[in-house]
Amino acid sequence: MIELLTVVSTKKVAVNATALICRMPEVKKIEPGRFMHLRVGPLLRRPISIANVEGDLITFLFKEIGQGTKELASLRPGDFVDALGPLGNGFPVNLIDPTSRVVLVGGGIGVPPLYYTMRKLVERGVTCEAILGFDTADSVFYEEEFKKLGPTTITTVDGTAGIQGFVTTALTPERFDTLLACGPEPMLRSLQTVPIQDCFLSIENRMGCGIGACFACVCKTPDGNYVKTCSDGPVFRAEAVIL
Amino acid sequence: MNRLAVTLPGLNLKNPIMPASGCFGFGEEFAKFYDLSVLGGIMIKAATGEERYGNPTPRVAESGMGMLNAIGLQNPGVEGIIETKLPFLGQFDTEIIANVAGSTPEEYEAVTRLISQNPVIKAIELNISCPNVKSGGLQFGTDPKMAAELTRRVKAVSDKPVYVKLSPNVTSIVEMAQAVEQAGADGLTMINTLVGMRIDVRTGQPILANRIGGLSGPAIKPVAIRMIHDVAQVVEIPIIGMGGVMEVDDVLEMIYAGASAVAVGTANFVNPFICQELIAALPKRMDELGIEHILDIRGNAYGAALHRA
Repeated sequence: MIELLTVVSTKKVAVNATALICRMPEVKKIEPGRFMHLRVGPLLRRPISIANVEGDLITFLFKEIGQGTKELASLRPGDFVDALGPLGNGFPVNLIDPTSRVVLVGGGIGVPPLYYTMRKLVERGVTCEAILGFDTADSVFYEEEFKKLGPTTITTVDGTAGIQGFVTTALTPERFDTLLACGPEPMLRSLQTVPIQDCFLSIENRMGCGIGACFACVCKTPDGNYVKTCSDGPVFRAEAVIL
Repeated sequence: MNRLAVTLPGLNLKNPIMPASGCFGFGEEFAKFYDLSVLGGIMIKAATGEERYGNPTPRVAESGMGMLNAIGLQNPGVEGIIETKLPFLGQFDTEIIANVAGSTPEEYEAVTRLISQNPVIKAIELNISCPNVKSGGLQFGTDPKMAAELTRRVKAVSDKPVYVKLSPNVTSIVEMAQAVEQAGADGLTMINTLVGMRIDVRTGQPILANRIGGLSGPAIKPVAIRMIHDVAQVVEIPIIGMGGVMEVDDVLEMIYAGASAVAVGTANFVNPFICQELIAALPKRMDELGIEHILDIRGNAYGAALHRA
């Protein structure tokens, strides 16, 4: 479950966002929405979502925030990355009815796992649309890639690209029956109130172990209980978590 | 002869390595990675009288070669642990040590009474050093008189040997160790985390929702080594050492300092296989260093114990 990935390339895809492509030791089937726990930075691993998997190639797309992600972005082809995973439970791609109308809603650095998710849904013949929200035109990435999979709407907070506003500005829930989302907590919280049949959210939390043992990333549930983001999630039904 | 075997009060350890409390849950997650029967023992997550949710998140923050945590003793409560966790742990050929916490002496007694009667449990680790709860925990672990009194009361109701987990957040850990030894402790486990804080410079506020947390990981290892070294020379009871163990030489360092067994904490979060790997690596490293039995080196680093701090 721990293996060394070999760096194939790193590429800046937007201000502060880097795409890292690695070769896995073998071809792996990975469900969209799961994550890899990468050993970079001073001590602890970093949970990084999976933006794409093709054969033995895996793509991570992340924002350079701290020491760990900066280190990831500075890797050179041929370097190794110690990876634990894939971990967690992803989007229920195989349970989604092929006739359902699906919208994928991503905010900022929550966009990457939705690309792989949309690709897998389109492969199953599901019709999908995407709404991707960013701060500004400089931070937009993967617009063309998404457009190849289906209709894609871009929103920016400052209006420098696409529609000005948040993803919710562009969302017309009555046209869809399934919503899959990943992004900042305020965005996910507002999506919890969207009237739609099935809504799945990929949530983020500071993690320790990534396997459910340390209780760092717990999230309260409406029944007074709790779930662990890493091992019960990171994808949950919108009504199953209190954000 | 098993050159790794260590016998301590209540514990027949096939090797001196065990995961530390709070860093291994109740073993279920790690059992997916390897057979837990390879372990000398397992110190399970703290039990309190009632179920506890713990602190708000964020609960962890990294720092240079260490991590701060403020989980807040989240656990299903002693009865929940006995019903839902111990049957699973009982399948493994390893010694299970129950960590007991509470807000009042009565809670410590009640939890100990219940859990120590369970045949799966071989020893109690008395947690008087958790820095992450509002009441109880650390307050019992910083005053020698309170620590001694609590040890006496818990010993009186325990069916199994009692190891007291010492806090490094004290003026004199030697004084704390002597106080609980005189009160009847069968052993010591040390050290718990050092109280710390980190601040997010973008917000100017602490990263942890609890504001403060316990520092663990390699950053605290030298503190642990020094404290074990000082305490081991002035007590008769054995010490299970812990604090930043990441590799096989760290294990040997702890034993040189006077520990009889070694617990591994934060390293489990970085590498879930770490305990298994350390156990496998010990004999080769002992060969290289000319060590026959693991305890042959115990306390070999003794020098003048520092009673002052």
